[in-house]
Amino acid sequence: MQKTYYDPADLKKFGKISEWNEELGAKFFEYYGKVFEAGALTEREKSLIALAVSHTIQCPYCIDAYTGDGLQRGITKEEMMEALHVASAIRGGASLVHGVQMMNKVNKLDM
Amino acid sequence: MIKSLHKRESELANAKRQQEILSNSIFQHGELPTFKTKLSESKQFPLQAKKLEILQINLGYMCNQICTHCHVDAGPDRKEIMSKDTMLQCLEVIKTTGAHTLDLTGGAPEMNPNFRWFVEEASEAGIKDFIVRSNLTIITANKKYFDLPDFFKKHNVHVVSSMPHWTKGKTDKQRGNGVFDASLRALKMLNDVGYGLPNSTLKLDLVYNPSGAFLPANQSAMENDFKKAFLEEFGIHFHNLFALTNLPISRFLDYLIASENYEDYMYALVEAFNPNAVKNVMCTNTLSVSWNGYLYDCDFNQMLELPVNSKVKHISDYNENLLEGRDIVISQHCYGCTAGAGSSCQGSVT
Repeated sequence: MQKTYYDPADLKKFGKISEWNEELGAKFFEYYGKVFEAGALTEREKSLIALAVSHTIQCPYCIDAYTGDGLQRGITKEEMMEALHVASAIRGGASLVHGVQMMNKVNKLDM
Repeated sequence: MIKSLHKRESELANAKRQQEILSNSIFQHGELPTFKTKLSESKQFPLQAKKLEILQINLGYMCNQICTHCHVDAGPDRKEIMSKDTMLQCLEVIKTTGAHTLDLTGGAPEMNPNFRWFVEEASEAGIKDFIVRSNLTIITANKKYFDLPDFFKKHNVHVVSSMPHWTKGKTDKQRGNGVFDASLRALKMLNDVGYGLPNSTLKLDLVYNPSGAFLPANQSAMENDFKKAFLEEFGIHFHNLFALTNLPISRFLDYLIASENYEDYMYALVEAFNPNAVKNVMCTNTLSVSWNGYLYDCDFNQMLELPVNSKVKHISDYNENLLEGRDIVISQHCYGCTAGAGSSCQGSVT
């Protein structure tokens, strides 16, 4: 068994996923490529969203990939950090908003 | 201010040492394919020179800036500059060449004491596109350079200048403290005489190099971002943005090794190899002339001291027919020009 679950070198092997199911792999990568093309949002905006989501789902591969992608696109570290705070605020907010449920329950049960 | 590799007596100041690094380690035992192997796989080896279109002349390695990524290892401590005798030999060629573009580079070419005389003489030849690669800050460095925008305009020079980012932090980190502000002042001076304005025939293009161990993104997307930021924040106009890949030589190679990014960067370049970019790499239509008159397939080969594979080695023996069809001299640094959309002194090649 390998010593760690994540190996940075594995990111380069992502494309090999298709080897065990070519049809679904090909469809996934076609979809993936299309998603990141410029549309109503620019490629730059999509890259920042991807970076923020990468941190929300805590995917080390994605964080590596979209930090590099952001640098390539000229995205500054200030923009990257602001995007992360958006992710962090939503993630934190998601916990905190459940406090309403707690408050409802307390208010119902407590005298 | 950092010093050049030459001044520091770094081992990387030696072109042969750079060549060794590029040929050994990950390329020595097949971990990564050599550039020759990659060309052969796509049936494009050997690369051969086509008809000459661009004559690029390096007027010297002296520069007022000392950028961290400079492939020339240029700086104030470099004293190699083209002599008037070599310039005269170049002018003989400029008068007869079939090339449509004359491209003067450096260092800061304006620092050559015979720069203005050379531009005046060369502009008489009537070459269609006459480029001077100006680092911008030279225009504001000393009052003797303040009139360069007017001088460029008088001789209808096409100005091409480096700008790694539209923010001060990223620009100064790559090109030195104060470079961003000085560059903006110079760009405004160029705009003031008509350079870079919409519909102006006075062409002002910018060159973008990534400020780190990563490849450039899509050129047109970068151009849109630069234009938006420059116009909205500073009221500055320019025409086109050329996105260039940093090649792993000289000071950028030094940075890659020191920051332990060399292998990952080479992997990224090899992975991004685009066989379609090979058809238009600049070495096939360009000739690079060094400050002392020797001929190279490109500016990068000049810095690696890899001369043209031809009987004609020096501008004094120049023969366009003999140079056409020569095999281009390649090594692993060439991956930099074939990555992604490709890279050349004129930007992307696909």
